[in-house]
Amino acid sequence: MTVSAQRSTKCEVTFDINGESRSVSVFPMARLLDVLRHELALTGAKEGCGEGECGSCAILMDGTLVNSCLVPVLQAGGTSIVTIEGLAGNGQLHPIQQAFLDCGGAQCGICTPGMILATVELLRKRPAPTLDEIREGLSGNLCRCTGYVQIFRAVADAAHRIASQ
Amino acid sequence: MRSDPADYLLVAPQSLHDAVALLASEPGAWLPIAGGTDVMVLYGAGKLPARKLVSIRDLRELRGIEEFPNEIAIGAGCTYTDLRKHPAIAREFPMLVSAASWTGGIANQNRGTLGGNIANASPAADSLPALLAYDAELLLTSVRGERRIAYRNFHLGYKKTAMYADELIRAIYVPRKYSGYVSFARKIGARQAQAIAKISIAGLGRMADGVIDDVRIALGSVAPVPLRLEKMEAVLLGKNVQSLPVEDLRRLVAAEISPIADIRSTADYRAVVAGNLVVEFLRQLSSGKAST
Repeated sequence: MTVSAQRSTKCEVTFDINGESRSVSVFPMARLLDVLRHELALTGAKEGCGEGECGSCAILMDGTLVNSCLVPVLQAGGTSIVTIEGLAGNGQLHPIQQAFLDCGGAQCGICTPGMILATVELLRKRPAPTLDEIREGLSGNLCRCTGYVQIFRAVADAAHRIASQ
Repeated sequence: MRSDPADYLLVAPQSLHDAVALLASEPGAWLPIAGGTDVMVLYGAGKLPARKLVSIRDLRELRGIEEFPNEIAIGAGCTYTDLRKHPAIAREFPMLVSAASWTGGIANQNRGTLGGNIANASPAADSLPALLAYDAELLLTSVRGERRIAYRNFHLGYKKTAMYADELIRAIYVPRKYSGYVSFARKIGARQAQAIAKISIAGLGRMADGVIDDVRIALGSVAPVPLRLEKMEAVLLGKNVQSLPVEDLRRLVAAEISPIADIRSTADYRAVVAGNLVVEFLRQLSSGKAST
C-alpha cells in the first residue's frame, strides 16, 4: 500500500447534534459514522455494510436522511444532526419508537435506528403513506430478522399515532 | 483494508472559482467529491486511489434547476431527490425521474448527484441512458473557461471521459422538445431498490402517420459506455413498427451491443433482455402508450 507523502492534519468541525452544539478535532475525511460512534459515544448508528446499501448508519442531517458511513465529517460542519439518541424527549419515546416496540418492528435491533429515522423522513414527506410508499421509503434499510411485515405495520401505526396526537 | 483518514486530504473551497483553481494547480491530483455515494464507498473499502479530495457539495453555483424557454439547466450538484421533486422535470423528463427513483435508497438519493453519476462514468449508472435519449448537453467549467458539449460525446471508453483533469461538470442541459413523445424506461436488477442494474433502457420516440418519426434508444450495462443504438435508430426512421419482424429487431440490437459477463449478470442474459426491452419499447411506441 502506498503511503502519501502528505499526511493530513486534524481540523475543528462544529455541528449541532441532537440539539447541542459540539466541536470535534478530527481528520476531515473521517467518516461521520466513526466520529459519532468513537468521538461522541453515540453508538445508535450502526455499521452494517459500510457502503451505503443497508441503512443501519442512517441519521438525519439538516432534516434529511443520509447514510453516515458515506459522509466525510468535514461535510457535516455547520449542519444540524439528529441520531436515534435524539428522538425521544422528556422521558417519552417518540411515537415511531413506541410503534416499533408495540408492533414487533424491532428484533435484534441493528437496523432499528436507521429504520426509525427513515420513517421520520418518510412521514415528514408523506404523513399518511400507502404500503407502497412505506416500502419505497424504507427500501434503503435492510433487516435480516423481521421479514419487514412488522416494520411496515409499525410505520403505518406510527402514522396513525402522529395524526391523532 | 479500511482507509486511514490521516492519509487523506479533504478541502472545501468556498466558491466554484476556488475549486477549479485548485484542480488546475495540480491537474489530476484532486478528486472532486459531492454527495460521496461513489467516492466514499471506495474510500471505506480502502480502494480509493486519490489521496487529495476537494468537496464541491456546498458550492451554490452547482445547485439549482433553472427553466429556460427551450431547455432546462440542471446544476451538476443537484441530487436525485432534487430531480424527483421538480415539477418541470417530472412533467417533461419522466425518465430522469424514474432513474432518480431507482438510484439507491432514499438516503443515497438525498446525497448522490446527477453530475457525480455522469463523472463517475459507470456504464451501469441509472440516469445515463435517459440523458442520452434526451440529447442532454454538459457545461464543463475550468479556469480556462466554460465549454458545452453533447453528452453523447462525453464517454470515450470504460470510465474514460472527454473531461480534462482541471474541469468540473457545472450543469446538464436538457432540451424541452419532447411533448407528444412516448418514453419507456426500465431497470432490470436483482432488486428494484439499491441493486445496481444488470441492464437498463431509456427509449424515446414519436410516431407520425403510422411510421416512426423520431426515435432514440439508449441502453445501460451492454457496452463499456452507456450506449445509443444509433444504427438501429437510423434503420427504424420512417418505418412502420408492425412491418418489422421481431427477429430483425433483435438482430439490430445484437449488432450494436457488446455485453460482458460480470458479478451481476451474464453476457447472454444481457443480450436477450436487451432485445426484449427494445422490442417492448417499439411495441409501446407504435401503440402510443407512454410507460416510465
